[in-house]
Amino acid sequence: MHLKNIRLHQFKNYNKASVHFSEEINCFVGINGSGKTNLLDAIHYLCLTKSALNPVDNLNIKHQKDFFTVFGDFDLHGKEIEIKCIFESGKKKQLIQNGKAYDKMSEHIGLLPVVMIAPDDTSLIKDGSEERRKFFDNMLCQLNRKYLEDLIRYTHFLKQRNALIKQFAEKGRWNAELIEPYTREIMQLSKSIARMRHDFLKEYEPLLIEYYKTISGDQEKISIQYETQCLEDGFESTFKANEQKDFILRRSTMGIHKDDFVFQISEYPIKKFGSQGQQKSFVIALKLAQFMVFFKHLNTKPILLLDDIFDKLDDNRIERLMKLVADHEFGQLFISDARPERSQGILASMDADCRFFLIEEGEVTDWS
Amino acid sequence: MNFPSKLIEDAVNEMSRLPGIGKKTALRLVLHLLKQKESVTEELSHALLALRKEIKYCQKCHNISDTDVCSICRGVRRDRSIICVVEDIPDVLAIENTSQYQGLYHVLGGVISPIQGIGPDELKIESLMERIRLAETEDKVEEVILALPATMEGDTTSFYITRKLKALNIKVSTIARGIPIGGELEYTDEVTLGRSILTRVNYSAD
Repeated sequence: MHLKNIRLHQFKNYNKASVHFSEEINCFVGINGSGKTNLLDAIHYLCLTKSALNPVDNLNIKHQKDFFTVFGDFDLHGKEIEIKCIFESGKKKQLIQNGKAYDKMSEHIGLLPVVMIAPDDTSLIKDGSEERRKFFDNMLCQLNRKYLEDLIRYTHFLKQRNALIKQFAEKGRWNAELIEPYTREIMQLSKSIARMRHDFLKEYEPLLIEYYKTISGDQEKISIQYETQCLEDGFESTFKANEQKDFILRRSTMGIHKDDFVFQISEYPIKKFGSQGQQKSFVIALKLAQFMVFFKHLNTKPILLLDDIFDKLDDNRIERLMKLVADHEFGQLFISDARPERSQGILASMDADCRFFLIEEGEVTDWS
Repeated sequence: MNFPSKLIEDAVNEMSRLPGIGKKTALRLVLHLLKQKESVTEELSHALLALRKEIKYCQKCHNISDTDVCSICRGVRRDRSIICVVEDIPDVLAIENTSQYQGLYHVLGGVISPIQGIGPDELKIESLMERIRLAETEDKVEEVILALPATMEGDTTSFYITRKLKALNIKVSTIARGIPIGGELEYTDEVTLGRSILTRVNYSAD
């Protein structure tokens, strides 16, 4: 799969732009604030119907304008797919595939897989468990329809149960009969979702270990510890016994919304004990393993977006990453870099079709 | 919308408060009434006022009614041993129109949804229990059919009622879910199709 071209209109700092891409490597160069990341984000829009950086569509419209459009032509297994994304302030976002508008945005997700590696990815390690659950949920939802459905149901029942507990707390009385239907659903869905998360890690973790080794050159053993109470024996009785705590704290205190994925290095949490370099290698390995999982399941190589990656990595890691690129492990690649001569130096030696684009204040020109 | 008359504006505003009626439709209706004889408007407003003032809800099943007990609950040919529990009044009409059901109804007036602040106390659930408990020996209730919407809220409500009914020791059933008659499998949504396979029924060629 690859993106052949893209046309932007009033998207972020672009007025109008039209770019034809290489099937292999595309490098966007330009000073900070010129719009390199925005161009990567436009590709993200076409693949996943939303921005990787800003979830509010309105804020992705060029300043003082009232709509944006992003059009692009993809090649998927030899078939041409034209995607149009149109957003007008105050109206519903439209996504059109080959002239036909989608009813639901979710129907598009999974068709054109994309993986983005960005500078702030270390939040996956440093921030709370929610970031990590989002990362895995996001992946599992794209790969497994049942997971998506179960998660939607779970979120709904959790909201209902929490609303109910608040009402109990206000009245000062717990109603076991009334909460039971919600408790039952949450327990069942928790077990099913936790099982799917657990099974997924069995497939994902070996890929992660392999990429971590490649990127870091490190011999240390890494792992993901999936922490959940939902697969333990007697989960149901613990859940019930915990209801007193739910009542006092006014929310559901057990279930898969409390799970965590603890990233470890030599059996210590990387969050506390990993060096900066280890953490950086780890997040890149997380994303590359994601790439490989998508490739295996969806049978097409996802588009890889590398935002400002040369800035954040030392030469050894860049060299190893570029070796993977040179070995044609990846499909189409988009790279942004503020220092043209550096990326040119790195990429020139590759046996791949490599195209450079100079970006200046929302204008794109071929530059080689 | 600008109106040449305050009277028209008021009438249009009131009319457009009804569901499915926008300002333009309201204006058309109002102008239509003006073209008719005055008696037409009088009869309409009389009918609406009478409806609002005199309408009753059946004391037994909470369906809409002209009398204290509705015509279905009073019906001599009705099977008093079965009660069909529905969310709201249009559901009674829908099931009645099938002509496949001869039992009684019970209208809950909604489904349980804590987010919207609707709990069992806001619904006619206790009244259902009461009704079953107090039924005379010859009218003893033997089965309750749960015909609630196939949504997460509908299912939760069904579960809650079933648990409550357990103590009363009567049969509880729920309406079947699956492929619509005349429906093509390929156009049926996956959840419905999957469920209809799981809950398939024996096929009899007798």
